[in-house]
Amino acid sequence: MSKFKKKKGGDLPAISTASLPDIVFMLLFFFMVATVMRQNTLKIENRLPAADQVEKLAKRNLLMYIYAGKPSSAYKDMGTVARVQLNDKFADVSEIAAFIAAERASKREEEIPFLTTVLSVDKETNMGLVSDIKQELRKVNALKINYKTRQGDAIASLNQ
Amino acid sequence: MAKRSAPEVNAGSMADIAFLLLIFFLVTTTIEIDSGLNRKLPPIEETEPPIIKKRNIFQVTVNRYNQLLLESNGNEGREIKLKDLRKEAVAFLDNGGGTGEDACKRCKGKRNPSSSDNFDKAIISLQNDRFTSYETYIAVQNEIIAAYNELRNREFVIDYPNLNMSYVEAEKKYNDARTTREEKAFLKDKLEAIKLLIPQKFSEAEPRKSN
Repeated sequence: MSKFKKKKGGDLPAISTASLPDIVFMLLFFFMVATVMRQNTLKIENRLPAADQVEKLAKRNLLMYIYAGKPSSAYKDMGTVARVQLNDKFADVSEIAAFIAAERASKREEEIPFLTTVLSVDKETNMGLVSDIKQELRKVNALKINYKTRQGDAIASLNQ
Repeated sequence: MAKRSAPEVNAGSMADIAFLLLIFFLVTTTIEIDSGLNRKLPPIEETEPPIIKKRNIFQVTVNRYNQLLLESNGNEGREIKLKDLRKEAVAFLDNGGGTGEDACKRCKGKRNPSSSDNFDKAIISLQNDRFTSYETYIAVQNEIIAAYNELRNREFVIDYPNLNMSYVEAEKKYNDARTTREEKAFLKDKLEAIKLLIPQKFSEAEPRKSN
């Protein structure tokens, strides 16, 4: 009989997994806070063209979004011609003026000169529609525009 | 009835539930940072367009088949490839063919008398067809902005060599929300000076109807 009796077996004690939920919750909260949900549900195809001379758009609240492209597969009944989408619904080019006016009315007066219109247009759209949109924007004096693109080599992606 | 102690709830599945939520958020959300090409539209004015010398215009026309036609340097017009556009635009802007009052001290080009006078006089004009694809249009815009940025970078580095950054980097820093007010004020007049030296004179005609 010895005091230094060998411990039974050599098995490790089980690692406590009690803190695992806490770690996962922490990650969960990070992603919930850091990510932004899309404001509008897109009803059109919106594959952006690539460009590399881009500037980042800060100030999310000073942007007005105009989407354009072919109706996506869920909205086949709208035809296959490229359409404009404002907020959550299909719109006609002539409705852009009213849309800009509504957006301006919802902003503070001193912010209005800094409003930028973001054109998020599918790359397969014809320039005719884009020019019509631009013409409407000129009529309501919304002259600051941004062609939304994805980061990439413009020429390389064009040749694909 | 005998009082029973409530059995302890097993919290082992908590991790699974949290994982499920985590994966849901990971998949459904996109960290979206919008970026794009900033442009300014011309206001609608009923004024007569100013008379511009032909040698100061770099006319790019994109047709319905996305082909590029370039009219510059007194050429009648020739088809060019998109990848050559940046080089051509830089050569045009940097030409410095002006003499006397219009002389361009900082231009490093060929000083061809039938091409642009100086940075300020040079105008790039873009005309597209209604059937031009948007992707081509963006690529052309991108190349033109790249040409301006190339020259602005060069002049910025010559003017402020100890800043250790190019014009594009300086502008990015200026627009960054994390930059302090002092740094912004420091950069602002330098950026303005370069913008004044090499202004983006870009004109866009309304698209032509093709039949």
